[in-house]
Amino acid sequence: MPTVHFTDAEGEVRDVQGNPGDSVMETAVRNGVPGIVAECGGSLSCATCHVFVREDCLSKLPPMEDMEDEMLYGTAVDREDNSRLSCQLRLTDELDLFVTTPETQV
Amino acid sequence: MGTHTAEQPAPVAAGTGTTAVPTRTGLLIIGASQSGVQLAVSLRALGFDEHITLLGDEDHRPYQRPALSKEFLQGTVESESLIFRSNEYWAEHNVDLVKGEYIVRIDRDADGSGVAHASSGRQFPFKRLALTVGARARKLEIDGGDLDGVLYLRNADDALALKARVGDAKDVVVIGGGFIGLEAASSLQKMGKNVTVLEFGPRLVGRAVGEETAEYFLQAHRARGLDIRLNTSAARFRAASAEGDKQTSVAGVELQDGTVLPAQIVLVGIGVIPNTQLAEQLELTVDNGIVVDRFALASDGTTVAIGDCANMPNPVPGSEPGERIRLESVNNAIEHAKVAAYSLTGRREEYAGIPWFWSNQADLKLQIAGLCNGYDRTVLRRDEERGKFSVLYYRQGQVIAADCVNAPLDFMAVKNALAKGRNIPADAAADPATLLKTITTDS
Repeated sequence: MPTVHFTDAEGEVRDVQGNPGDSVMETAVRNGVPGIVAECGGSLSCATCHVFVREDCLSKLPPMEDMEDEMLYGTAVDREDNSRLSCQLRLTDELDLFVTTPETQV
Repeated sequence: MGTHTAEQPAPVAAGTGTTAVPTRTGLLIIGASQSGVQLAVSLRALGFDEHITLLGDEDHRPYQRPALSKEFLQGTVESESLIFRSNEYWAEHNVDLVKGEYIVRIDRDADGSGVAHASSGRQFPFKRLALTVGARARKLEIDGGDLDGVLYLRNADDALALKARVGDAKDVVVIGGGFIGLEAASSLQKMGKNVTVLEFGPRLVGRAVGEETAEYFLQAHRARGLDIRLNTSAARFRAASAEGDKQTSVAGVELQDGTVLPAQIVLVGIGVIPNTQLAEQLELTVDNGIVVDRFALASDGTTVAIGDCANMPNPVPGSEPGERIRLESVNNAIEHAKVAAYSLTGRREEYAGIPWFWSNQADLKLQIAGLCNGYDRTVLRRDEERGKFSVLYYRQGQVIAADCVNAPLDFMAVKNALAKGRNIPADAAADPATLLKTITTDS
């Protein structure tokens, strides 16, 4: 099963198993991972599911579309080169993904 | 939805025919809604350690509503994706999820505790009460309103009923040119239906957006082939003239001028009415919703009421003292729930953040930051080539809101400026090539 390792701003790590096809955001929210708010439920409207992706995992992910790119300019904690919105990241079969959640999403 | 949750033992002993002494929950949240879910989640995050019962009258686990008129209707998301939290989450957090129970009466003791009675006869004793009961669809009371195929879209069962009929329908009439009507109309058009939207008023989306945005949506939808008729209302719904059981199904909508539009589905989206029945029975103050103070407390000082059902002091910085508002949005459900969670844990924290809204209609992605009430100036930013459109609203030179279509940078810039009490000078904002973020000032 795909696994996402969420590290929060304090360094605490939570490993969550998800289902292929689900988004990283859904996987986090359903399991109550703090640090992911996701007000809009994945419709790319709120930028409150911001994550920093560990550099070596970036290439496993689909490229960013314009809307996500623009939304990332409005995140509560400023974007970095490895920023993504986790609602746009789909889990695949053997994905092992490491992300860090920002200090705040709103 | 559809999958049953592992429920904890029922509070009333089953099968004995007598009412045993039920277990009392620490907090009974009536309404397994966006705000109800958030309240439970926020309480646990704050360390609230009493047992919580989250009770809803639907047979589904708590789910997200916004997709019902869009992705769920179009079949691009699975129902399972709409579920807020896993069963394991609720179990681990000592939250008892109760589905399919409709509370009809609440008995109350002087200390705020009491017993809620469901229509099934089950009883739910509680120490403290939260009302997250939401709102219900306003019904259109005209001839033929009870025909099969005259539908509303408020909850999952409504969406399932619509989906079940949609395959056989060719023509759909949507009544109401608000967010729900336009979202559903866009979805149904995309699904190949011949869709007509009837709007009673002179423009789309009522008070939720300003004139320019309403006009933009009118033109944009018409350009995409949607038949929108303003200043138009239905006089009656007509049944099929065929013999047999078909007569109970809608076949057309007769307009005031006698025109008849064919329709195998009529979808009515003419607003909602806050659910205040329980509050009234509890003799709480009710006025366009359950009246609450800045800390989400109702007039008895102990019941919290939040989300669509609550009428609260306008939380937006700079609003008139005493001004009240009832907001119907996901963002409000979440932020109001956080205020209530603080209240229930003995803290007094005011509403944080700026109200915001979104609506996705076809390829038009509308994001609204702030509330535009009382504006005295607008600034338009249009980029025809890239399909971007924004309206910024000003009051006495201060930006107070923005409607942004396919323009997330504008939306984010205004939302952030409002949240930080900053301004975006109107004259500089008028150039659509200027990034708003770069001209934001400290008021």
